[in-house]
Amino acid sequence: MSLLNLEPALLVLGDGTVHRGRAYGATGTTLGEAVFTTGMTGYQETLTDPSYARQIIVQTFPHIGNTGVNDEDAESRDIFAAGYVVRDAARRPSNWRARRSLDEELVARGVVGIQGVDTRAITRHLRTEGSMKAGIFSGEAARRPEDELVAEVNGQPSMAGARLAEQVTTDAPYVVEPADHGWEGEPLHEVAAIDLGLKAATPRHLASRGVRLHVLPATATFEDITALDPAGVFLSNGPGDPATADEQVALLRQVLDARIPFFGICFGNQVFGRALGFGTYKLPFGHRGPNQPVMHKATGRVEITSQNHGFAVDAPLGEPVEAPASAYGRVEVSHWSLNDQVVEGLRLLDRPAFSVQFHPESAAGPNDSVDLFDRFITLMDEHSPRAAGRAAAATAPTTDLTEGA
Amino acid sequence: MPKRTDLKSVLVIGSGPIVIGQAAEFDYSGTQAIRVLKEEGLRVVLVNSNPATIMTDPELADATYVEPITPEVVEKIIAVERPDALLPTLGGQTALNTAIALDANGVLEKYGVELIGANIEAIELGEDREKFKGVVERCGAESARSEIVHSMDEALAAAERLGYPMVVRPSFTMGGLGSGMAYDEEDLRRIAGAGIQYSPTSEVLLEESILGWKEYELEMMRDRNDNVVVVCSIENFDPVGVHTGDSITVAPAMTLTDREYQRMRDIAIAVIREVGVDTGGCNIQFAVNPENGRIIVIEMNPRVSRSSALASKATGFAIAKIATKLSLGYTLDEIPNDITRKTPASFEPVLDYVVVKVPRFAFEKFPAADPTLTTTMKSVGEAMAIGRNFTEALQKALRSLEQKGAELSFDRPAPEEVSALIEQAKTPTTDRLAQVQRALLGGATVEQLFEATAIDPWFLDQLVLINEVAAEVAGAPELSEPVLRLAKRHGFSDTQIGQLRHMDPAVVRGVRHALGVRPVYKTVDTCAAEFEAYTPYRYSSYDLEDEVTGHEKPSVIILGSGPNRIGQGIEFDYSCVHATMALRAAGHETVMVNCNPETVSTDYDISDRLYFEPLTLEDVLEVIAAEERSGGVLGVFVQLGGQTPLKLAQHLADAGVPILGTSPEAIDLAEHRGEFARVLDEAGLVSPKNGTAVSFADAKKVADEIGYPVLVRPSYVLGGRGMEIVYDEPSLSRYIENATEITTEHPVLVDRFLEDATEIDVDALYDGTDLFIGGIMEHIEEAGIHSGDSACVLPPINLAPDTLDRVREATRGIAAGVGVRGLINIQFALASDVLYVIEANPRASRTVPFVSKATGVQLAKAAALIGTGRTIAQLRADGMLPGSHDGSSLPLDAPVAVKEAVLPFARFRTPQGRVVDSLLGPEMRSTGEVMGIDKYFDTAFAKSQSAANNPLPTSGKVFVSVANRDKRGIVMPVKRLIDLGFTIVSTGGTAEVLRRNGVQADVVRKIADARSGEGDGTVLDLLGDGEIALVLNTPSGGDSRGDGYEIRAAATSIGVPMITTLAEFGAAIQAIEAQREYAWDVTSLQEHDARLAAAIERSGSGA
Repeated sequence: MSLLNLEPALLVLGDGTVHRGRAYGATGTTLGEAVFTTGMTGYQETLTDPSYARQIIVQTFPHIGNTGVNDEDAESRDIFAAGYVVRDAARRPSNWRARRSLDEELVARGVVGIQGVDTRAITRHLRTEGSMKAGIFSGEAARRPEDELVAEVNGQPSMAGARLAEQVTTDAPYVVEPADHGWEGEPLHEVAAIDLGLKAATPRHLASRGVRLHVLPATATFEDITALDPAGVFLSNGPGDPATADEQVALLRQVLDARIPFFGICFGNQVFGRALGFGTYKLPFGHRGPNQPVMHKATGRVEITSQNHGFAVDAPLGEPVEAPASAYGRVEVSHWSLNDQVVEGLRLLDRPAFSVQFHPESAAGPNDSVDLFDRFITLMDEHSPRAAGRAAAATAPTTDLTEGA
Repeated sequence: MPKRTDLKSVLVIGSGPIVIGQAAEFDYSGTQAIRVLKEEGLRVVLVNSNPATIMTDPELADATYVEPITPEVVEKIIAVERPDALLPTLGGQTALNTAIALDANGVLEKYGVELIGANIEAIELGEDREKFKGVVERCGAESARSEIVHSMDEALAAAERLGYPMVVRPSFTMGGLGSGMAYDEEDLRRIAGAGIQYSPTSEVLLEESILGWKEYELEMMRDRNDNVVVVCSIENFDPVGVHTGDSITVAPAMTLTDREYQRMRDIAIAVIREVGVDTGGCNIQFAVNPENGRIIVIEMNPRVSRSSALASKATGFAIAKIATKLSLGYTLDEIPNDITRKTPASFEPVLDYVVVKVPRFAFEKFPAADPTLTTTMKSVGEAMAIGRNFTEALQKALRSLEQKGAELSFDRPAPEEVSALIEQAKTPTTDRLAQVQRALLGGATVEQLFEATAIDPWFLDQLVLINEVAAEVAGAPELSEPVLRLAKRHGFSDTQIGQLRHMDPAVVRGVRHALGVRPVYKTVDTCAAEFEAYTPYRYSSYDLEDEVTGHEKPSVIILGSGPNRIGQGIEFDYSCVHATMALRAAGHETVMVNCNPETVSTDYDISDRLYFEPLTLEDVLEVIAAEERSGGVLGVFVQLGGQTPLKLAQHLADAGVPILGTSPEAIDLAEHRGEFARVLDEAGLVSPKNGTAVSFADAKKVADEIGYPVLVRPSYVLGGRGMEIVYDEPSLSRYIENATEITTEHPVLVDRFLEDATEIDVDALYDGTDLFIGGIMEHIEEAGIHSGDSACVLPPINLAPDTLDRVREATRGIAAGVGVRGLINIQFALASDVLYVIEANPRASRTVPFVSKATGVQLAKAAALIGTGRTIAQLRADGMLPGSHDGSSLPLDAPVAVKEAVLPFARFRTPQGRVVDSLLGPEMRSTGEVMGIDKYFDTAFAKSQSAANNPLPTSGKVFVSVANRDKRGIVMPVKRLIDLGFTIVSTGGTAEVLRRNGVQADVVRKIADARSGEGDGTVLDLLGDGEIALVLNTPSGGDSRGDGYEIRAAATSIGVPMITTLAEFGAAIQAIEAQREYAWDVTSLQEHDARLAAAIERSGSGA
């Protein structure tokens, strides 16, 4: 086929901007919120990250698909992203683990994409105008009148107020066994993990450290949790507006009331913030990329983190404050973004609970913050009756409840 | 953690002369470092023997020592300056080694100098192979597995464990003697068997082969708070086996999954912590097995390196600048990212473009050298290009090389040719990229070429894509907008499109402009557009959105000099940088166009705007158009970047671009033989008799008329390319036969060669009215040796005052006749007191920085201002030029500066593994230069030799063997050496001449005789045993196969100081004597300038 006669495709933004390119992946129509991500590797992890549900991902790095798709790096059972925008899609994958091309995978999963557009121009537009409604129209759909397409794009519901965790969560509870991830010996702790869009890397990290993870659907109740008698509770990452997560906020309050050690990531951090009485808000264009510098207050060191969030917690940086939901005592912003001072982590000083906005499980991204999983285990060691004996033998008790580092 | 307040002064060590493997990138890093240190309020002391650098500008550091970088000399500088600290990580291996030596011999401790940005223990852990293996192991990573064996049985047992193929390396042999690759047991028995014999310790290292693995490099930064970031990942297009410096490299890594990349990043961070890199930059190299992803750590450099410069330019992250700040105690999060202003330096740059670097080689200068690429670096420069995808970046980089045949071409090879191409591609050479691409064009598959080359299939497919695009362009019914956009999107030049469509490139340009197919300019912003960028660091792409914003004043555009090459190096970057500095200071908005990542000129804050672009007519015209539409262009400087921009002058003028300074017509006048002869006539000057020829018959006729010897050369030359001195008719015949590119447009030039002439070089400024002589240089070697390879002295030491007056008037005549407005360089030869004009170049020359450093006058800055309308009289009044004197009227007690060339012969081996011949000739071969400066010539010359890594001995045995024409001249100097306590070893006819003159010399056998007869005792054995302290060998008749070659080859590979001309021998004896008599003084350039000013004052008041 000639390089000049490829199937057309259009990326249509809610403000009427139209970018012309060529079809990529499945052909047809898709709608979602256009967001950009700056990762230069890890597109397979990105596409399969459930947090991207109902979003059209714009990859700032031009070459995408170079290493194909393999059987190991998917972060969930499907591609949840609504659409995919790239500049130069690989024609031929090359990697010893590759099983198929990304193009084939997108077709198989029915993901509509577009290639050959000026992704930098789109990124600059989203940076100045903010993330916005968008649609990709390829094949026949690309031949429809533009004003009709713009109208269709604007007809979709907004991301603010979107409740999506229930759409991506697991249908049924399941267990992740430490033994399946290289852990030898008895599990150290049982943890209940609420799947709000859980990435596979998180259970992997916990299980490889000896945690048996009971993954529960987003609709799990406090009774479902206590039935497991867990040493800790984990709230995962996930898509949508945290302001809609009232059930999870209520659930987490029960966990905190019961003083069960808690760790949350991303959406889990936002739910934690809301449970403590803070507000959450939508960032203009979000933080999405593998190179985000975060200051870790406890160590004074910079961690390069992987981030993917469009919402953030509104809490004060600096000295610890009394949580607005005063039952929980003092709370501190433990991590913040060095780029724009957005809250990137919270911890309670008087209860065993902490969370981060970024992704310590990386995938894709750097592993600078994996010790947070160890911290969670230490926290459980110190606060779970079963592990108390072992922990007491291993370490002296700490007055600081959550800073193991 | 804020800046340390206890440091008041810092000594920075530069990297010395430009050599292969250590080039302009250290001027870039050192210059950044000095600027930062000054901004931070520290007193900066610098030592660097290389005058062509920006960093040695006297206005940058507080005390600039252009002195040899040896531990002894640096100790003297420390004793004088008493710095608080020494920063050794920005001057390459030279600086690091010097710092290690000063630590080991206790000098740092004695003077209380603290090493910053480095610690000795970490350096040793990083550089000691065995210790580093331990580090890697402790980090849970792997090095290549290896074993040391002492017998064949042990070797075979080890082979069981390591597997074939494996590298066999005998221990303690010179230059890798006896090394090889064993693919099976038979190879192993042969190579290891011999290796055990070769090795003085009967020891052989066997190592698993990682040949053909994917090769990567990570550039890292660490601060005192243990924050570590990866600035850039780099992937080599050429797999393991080719030195990174000789490989095409790509940033960021293109063929890694995130899992593999993060594993590499984790290892790199663990290693940098385990090694204990203090603060600053370092890089780590990896190999990845394409079959299973196994990662091996190859090595690390605990300092800023060549790839740091590349990574800086590729990402916009100013590694050297930030490394310097870190060494002062700042942490990464305290340093703002200059480009985004609002975000800190504690992050990892992300790219939304692709960067490709291609090496530039100079094998044409060393015809005897084996062009196979190995793990020894051989390239002399590099070009970098940025594109929105790999194909665009690769093709831009290739045309940035400015080498014939570097751009890909698309003539389909015949089927039978394809298998030959695949076969050839198995051996990495400079031609491999084209071989692979043409084989694919001829129908070979990606699989076949992966099998042959191990180049990653993704890269191979990109070449297939380029071929497919070429086919679309060639086969399209017309050159429509979609066709042009497709071609441009993949980096095709108008020239390539023209070839595919059988059209003139100018016609392609016309069609393209008519259809509105123009590039846009994107910004290098470190963050893939996540944040706004405030620095206009641009690159072109055929994409949608243009980011050029309006500017207020019309821009002054300076065209740089492109990739470094022999004959056009850092000296031209120096002039470009000086021009932009002077023009900015004078209130102009300046724009730099260049494609060399090693340089200071391609730093994004040197000019108001930087365009990282190839220096072809097409690319330059598009930059000018972009500047024109965004606020207007005052004009373009083409005279500062050497031959590269100069040859665009007329084309630019034809396109209506205003050229600043000397006009294209004047440039042409100087280059055109006939017209230039008329200029000389009018000025009453002569040039050596000459003629042109397109055949042997022609050439013979000319040579017969003017008499042998003659100097022959192609008419378009750079750095003396293809130039030869021919002594007789058979040689002339051979030259014409071998000269491939003779046409009526490009005839061979035949000049009378002036034997025993003194060559004189002049750099001068002319504004149409006044002449300012920058400097008059007297060459030490006689005429016939390329001026770039010859040592020279300023002020001249052997020229009579009336000769200087004649040179001055001749310069004025030529400058006026040609119509120069700015710089001109003229070469003269003085023979039998007749002053001949050899050539004139109306542009900045290679010697401008040397002259500027030696005389304290900033010639390039003055030239830039003349180009925008200032007069010499005004510049004298402004203080930019001295008020009364110039370079032809330096007082007798002015300091004497000697420039010496540095040659790369030891790098190049013949296919048989011997070094190439090290004779000097009319073709330039040096890669760099040093300057020795002192009160008198003798010590200045001694310093220059020491700085050029050719330190003269003060005692020992001197081997003397000279050509017949030189025999008369050696008696007196050899006698002087004996007076100084040297003993003389000689051979053959030279020994006889010495004996008849009453000189006692030990006579050794000729090598040829020793071979035919029995036994030892030739000079080669003496050299091998380290008994010879100095070699004088002048060549006879250009025959490099005799004893002379053997001797020179041995001296070059062992590193014994060697002199190949009698003129230099005379200078050397003066220097040896001075070295014995006087202790070396070190004097900063600032001090020299003050002394010169005082001397001028004295001579002025005396007159």
